[in-house]
Amino acid sequence: MTLIEGHRPVTPDQSIPVWDTDPYDPAVLADPYPWWAELRERGEIVYIPKWSAFAVGRYEVTKTTFSDHEVFVSSRGVGLNDFKLGDPWRPPSIILEVDPPAHTRTRKVMSRALSPKVAKGLGEQFRAAADTLVDALLERGEVEGVSDVAEAFPVSVFPRAVGMTDVHKRHLVDYGAIVFNALGPDNAIRRAAMERAPEVAAWINAACARDRLTEDGLGGMIYAAADEGEIEAGEAAMLVRSFLSAGVDTTVTGIGNALWCFSRNPDQWEALKADPKLIRPAFEEVLRLTSPVHTFCRTADRDTEVAGHPIEEGAKVLCALGSANMDPDKWDDPEAFRIDRKPMGHLAFGAGIHGCVGQNIARAELEALLGAMIERVDRIEPAGDAIWRPNNAVHALDRLPLRLIAK
Amino acid sequence: MIKVTYIHPDGSEETVEGREGDSVMSTALAQGVDGIVAECGGSMMCATCHCHVDPDWTDRTGARKDGEEDMLESAASPVDEFSRLSCQIKLTPELDGLRVRLPEEQV
Repeated sequence: MTLIEGHRPVTPDQSIPVWDTDPYDPAVLADPYPWWAELRERGEIVYIPKWSAFAVGRYEVTKTTFSDHEVFVSSRGVGLNDFKLGDPWRPPSIILEVDPPAHTRTRKVMSRALSPKVAKGLGEQFRAAADTLVDALLERGEVEGVSDVAEAFPVSVFPRAVGMTDVHKRHLVDYGAIVFNALGPDNAIRRAAMERAPEVAAWINAACARDRLTEDGLGGMIYAAADEGEIEAGEAAMLVRSFLSAGVDTTVTGIGNALWCFSRNPDQWEALKADPKLIRPAFEEVLRLTSPVHTFCRTADRDTEVAGHPIEEGAKVLCALGSANMDPDKWDDPEAFRIDRKPMGHLAFGAGIHGCVGQNIARAELEALLGAMIERVDRIEPAGDAIWRPNNAVHALDRLPLRLIAK
Repeated sequence: MIKVTYIHPDGSEETVEGREGDSVMSTALAQGVDGIVAECGGSMMCATCHCHVDPDWTDRTGARKDGEEDMLESAASPVDEFSRLSCQIKLTPELDGLRVRLPEEQV
C-alpha cells in the first residue's frame, strides 16, 4: 500500500464534501483567514484529496473532535504522519504524542511543574526582565517586533526558568518552528526546516541533560519527579525537551501576534493602558484572533463518525483551531480585536486532556511584558508592513517593524 | 436534563439545568452562573473553577481525578476535603440535584 504523507489513504464517505485545496500552500499559511472562512462554509467536515485527509473548522465540531482523545488519538502523531505506520523524524513526545494512561502519568508531572502557583512565582523575575527590555527598546524607538521583542523576551526569561545553564537564542526559537513544521506534509517549508533539524535537535537534546540544568528550575522539578520514581530517568530528559519544543517558539509567536494586534488597533492599546486588569483577557483575545498554533491533526483510532459522517480507522483529521476561533456562529463579530471580549473556550491552547500544559507560563510572560509596556509605551505604531512566516502549524510573523513612542 | 445548584459565597443559590456529559464548570458558564472563571477551559491546567461539593453528594461525584489534587494547590481560596475542580465533574443522571458551593475567590 502506498502511503500519503506517512498515512494510509482513505476513501471519503459520499456525504462528505470534497475540496480540492492545499491548506499547507504558503499563501494560505501566510493569510489563512479566507481559507478558514471557506472551510467553515463548505461543511462540518471536508475531504482534501491532495493529502487524503479530512479537515474541520467550525467551532463545535472542531472542539469535539480535537478533545475526543479516546477516538481521535494523539499517539499516532498530531501531524500528517501516522506513527503507527512509520517512525517519525524524532522520538515521539511522551506528553504530546501519547494517549492515556501513559499520558496521564507524564502530564501530571508536567502540570505540577507548570502550575498557576509556579507561574505566579516566576512573575516577578519575568517582570524585571520585561522592564529592562522595554526601557532598552524605547531608547531605540524603531524596533523589529519579531526579533527585538517577541524572540528576545521569552529567550531572556524562559530558559532561565527552566534552569538552563547556557542559552542559544537561534536554536531555541528554531527548534519549536522545526517541530511544528514537521507536522505538515513534505513541502518546501518542511524540507527547509528538516535541513536544519540535525544540528538544532542535537543541541536541544544535549541541553536537556541533568548536568546542564540547575536544580531549582522547572527542569529540576522534572528530574526530581524521576528521583521520586514517578517517571523514569530517561523520561525526564524527554519532558524537558517538551519545554523547549513547545515553550519558546509558541510564546514568541504569541508576543509577536499581540504586538501586531495592538499596533493595528490603537484604540485597544489606549483601553489597555487605561485598565491594566484587561491584560489577561487581552492576551486571550490575541490568542483567539491570531491562533499561534493554527492546526493540529488527530487520527481516528477506529471507525467512527464526525458530525454524522462516517470516518474510517486511520483517517487523519486536520483540526483548524484558528478557524474555530473565528467562527461567527460562536463569536460575535469575530474579525474585531476587542480586549474586553473574554473569549472563554477559544481553542488556541487546544482543549481537553492535551490542552497546552504551559499555558500558565505563557500567560505570565505576556502579563509581565504587557504590564511593563503599558507603564512606559504611549503608542505602538506600524513602521512598515507586517510579514507573516508560513509554518505548517504555527501562525507567526516573520517581520514586524514598529515604532514605540514613550509615555 | 440534570439540575445543578450553585451556592454563592453570600448564600444565594442558582439552580440551572445541564446536559449529561457536560461538566459542572461548563454548565455554569453556559447558563451564566458567576463565580467560575475556568481560565484554561477545562484542561485541568488552572484552579479557577474550584468548587466545594455538598457533603451529601461526594459519594456520587467520586474521588478527585489524577492530577487534580496538585492543581487544587494553586486555588485562590482555601481548599477542603470537599474541594473539586468543577471541570472534572461530569454530569450523569445520578447527579441530578447536585449542590456545589462556590469559593470567595477564583483568581
